[in-house]
Parts: sequence; structure tokens; C-alpha cells
Amino acid sequence: MDITAYIDSGILELYVAGALSENENKEVYEHMRKHPEILHEVLEIEAAIIKLTATTSRNTNARLFESIRQKLKPNGSDTATEPKVISIAKPKYNWLTYTGWAAAILIGAALFWTLNQNQELETRLVDTQIEKNNLEEQIANSKTDLEATKNFLNVLRDKNIIVVPLGGQGEFANTYAKVYWNKKDNSIYLDAQGLPEAPAGKVYQVWSLKLDPLTPTSLGTIDDFNTDDNKIFTIANANESEAFGITLEPEGGSETPTMDQLYTLGVVKSSES
Amino acid sequence: MQLELLISKFQEKDEKAFEELYTMYSDSMHGVIYNIVRDHDIAEEIMQGVFIKAWNNASSYSAEKGRFFTWILNIARNAAIDKTRSKAFKNSKKNLAAEYFVDILQHSDNLDEQTDAIGIKKFVSQLAKKCIEVIELLYFKGYTQKEASETLDMPIGTIKTRNRNCIKELRTIVLK
Repeated sequence: MDITAYIDSGILELYVAGALSENENKEVYEHMRKHPEILHEVLEIEAAIIKLTATTSRNTNARLFESIRQKLKPNGSDTATEPKVISIAKPKYNWLTYTGWAAAILIGAALFWTLNQNQELETRLVDTQIEKNNLEEQIANSKTDLEATKNFLNVLRDKNIIVVPLGGQGEFANTYAKVYWNKKDNSIYLDAQGLPEAPAGKVYQVWSLKLDPLTPTSLGTIDDFNTDDNKIFTIANANESEAFGITLEPEGGSETPTMDQLYTLGVVKSSES
Repeated sequence: MQLELLISKFQEKDEKAFEELYTMYSDSMHGVIYNIVRDHDIAEEIMQGVFIKAWNNASSYSAEKGRFFTWILNIARNAAIDKTRSKAFKNSKKNLAAEYFVDILQHSDNLDEQTDAIGIKKFVSQLAKKCIEVIELLYFKGYTQKEASETLDMPIGTIKTRNRNCIKELRTIVLK
């Protein structure tokens, strides 16, 4: 038996509390006799509980044993004078005794079998419960996903949306992103699925650009890029943007875009403005 | 004297052994009972009754069934709970259900008590709320693990580990 694991299970604390079943109590008692570590643990738990419970008592020096001793006397003599009962029935063994024993053994065996069955069922019940919890968790996750997707779908369908595809630049030609800009509520939805994971210590930073003269305004960094599943980010943008760009910057972001780390760039179509 | 020897002497109706056990456990039992009935005189009376009952039923105790402390703790909790169910008690007292044992420590004004001299009370009242709940139910109220799990709406496994951690913390506070 793994004694440390047994102690760590918390069963001994319940043992001292008297919160275990009769069988469990017997089990603990057996373990305690075999393993001094377990006994030691029980003694410490007990000592702590005795001290704890005593703290809620009013400590009176008047709590004398004498008052108890006086109440003992009559009881003590009672038991001494109790008449002895002597059985007069003679032991008698007949067929009833033997069939009785046989029946008892049968019932005992049946009971044992039932108990085993019961135990097995209980184990299965626990397994099922765990499985149920997992499924519930999955459903909850799916619901959240579905809501996010529906939300995004509504964004796409909105007639006020301006779609700005951002194409890969320079050595990042194979990357891409898309901005869905809702001018009315001053926000953009950035679909950044076409960007690789940001390396450690780096973050993607989104920029709103004015073209003439070229003035970048930071829209912030995407700190949760690597952990986000659907890679769609909602970003506030109250600027009169003429283009959007994404650069890779050191963690915390930069004041101005690092141009050789410009991944994607896209110009807002002039028909809208 | 060793506890086991003391108990077997007690079971043989040795008053000296009884007195020693009484000295060991009477404050603790009074504390548990007081926490349930919240009246010092009634608690004192019940506590004495508990020890007399233990004496009269000494032969029914066996180490296989549990600790001696736990046995007498059970008698004490049952006696106190019985008392709170009696009509006379119900009429004279308000609902006590919502109070925890730590409230007693916070409202206690006997500052020169022996227990307080070593600062236990101060520390015990600092136990985390989640510890106070579980300790209250398991030790002061005598809930089974299943009852505690239902009351706190927590799986039995969680109760066990939480209680273990709480008692660990308690041990560092009260032992040495």
C-alpha cells in the first residue's frame, strides 16, 4: 500500500471526525496497527482537533471532576446489584438448526454477490458522471463557438461593412489577412488566419494608415494571437483610415511600424470615401 | 499513562482513569456542545451528562470502531443536537443554524483564558472561510462526508482534500 497517498487522501481527517462508515473505520484501524506513520498522523490530527474544539469552550477552572464523581456512585452500585440471568434452555440441535445454517449461508452468499454488483454499478455510475461532465463541457464550448460564428456572420452581412483584403508583403508574400471595417460603430474585425504564429517575444501590431503623407496610427497589438482559435479579432478604430497594415513588433508594441517586418498591407477602396 | 491503557482501565470502571480522560477531553467537548447550544450553563450540564453516559456505556466502546475521542465526540454532538430539538429549548432560543464556531472566538471577551494566552484563538479565526465551513460541518456538527458534500454542493473527493488541507493548516497553527 502507498502509505503517503493513503494519508494524503484525507481519509484520516474524516476518521477522527467520525464521518466514515463502520467498515471504513475498521479499515483505518487495521492500517493504523500495521503502519506507525498512519497512527502518528491520526494522533496529530486528533490533537489539533482537541485543541481547536477547546478554543470555543469557556475555560473554567470550576470544571471539576468532583461534580461528576458524585453522580457516578448510585449508578455504580446499581450495576453491582443487578440480578444474574441464568438461561434454562437446553441446547438442542435438530434439522431446523442445520437448514437454518444452510439458509443463512445461502443468504450470505447472495448478499455478498449483490454487494459486489452494487460496487460495480457505483463505479460505472461515477465513470458515466465524468463522461457526462465532459460532454456538457463540450456542448458549452460548441455554444460559445457557434455564437462567435453567428456574430461574425452578421458582421459580414452588414451592408455598411467595408472589406479590405491585406496582401502579403516582401518576404511575407505568402501571408494574408482581411479587415472588415464597420465605420458606423467604429470597429474593425480582423481575420488574421493567414498569418503564422507569432514567435516568442514578438507580437503582431495593427496599424491604420493615412497615405498622403504616410502617417501610421497604431490600433494596438494582438497579444492573444497564438492562443485564439478562430483568429478573428475585434479592434476599435475611429480613424479615417485609408489603409491597414500588420507588422511584427517586440512584445508591448512599437511607436512606429518596423517596416522590414511589415507582413500584410491593404488599401481601402476609394469608392467608399 | 498511555492512552490505550487508560481507556481499558476506564472500561474496567477505574475512576482515576476516568478523571484523567475527563481532564483530557472535557474542554473540547464543552466547546463542541457550546457551539451547538450557545448557552454556557446548558452546555456545562450536557457535557457532564455526556461523560456520565460514557462511563455507564464504557463497555460498548471498542477501538476497532474508532478513536475514543471520536466516540465521546459523537455522544457529545448527539446530546447537544437532541437538546436543541427539545421544545423548551426551541422556545427560548433563536435560530442558531447560521453561526460558525469562529463567531464564538471573535465575540469572546475572556481574554485571560488559557487558550488565548498562546494565541490560538487569534490564529484560528484567521482560517480561510472555506476551511471554517468544512471544519464546522465535519467536526462541530458531525456531518458524514456525504451530508457535507450535499450541504456544500461539492463532490466528496473535494471535501476530503479540502478538509485535509485545512486540518494541515490548523496543525501548523495549534501544534507547537
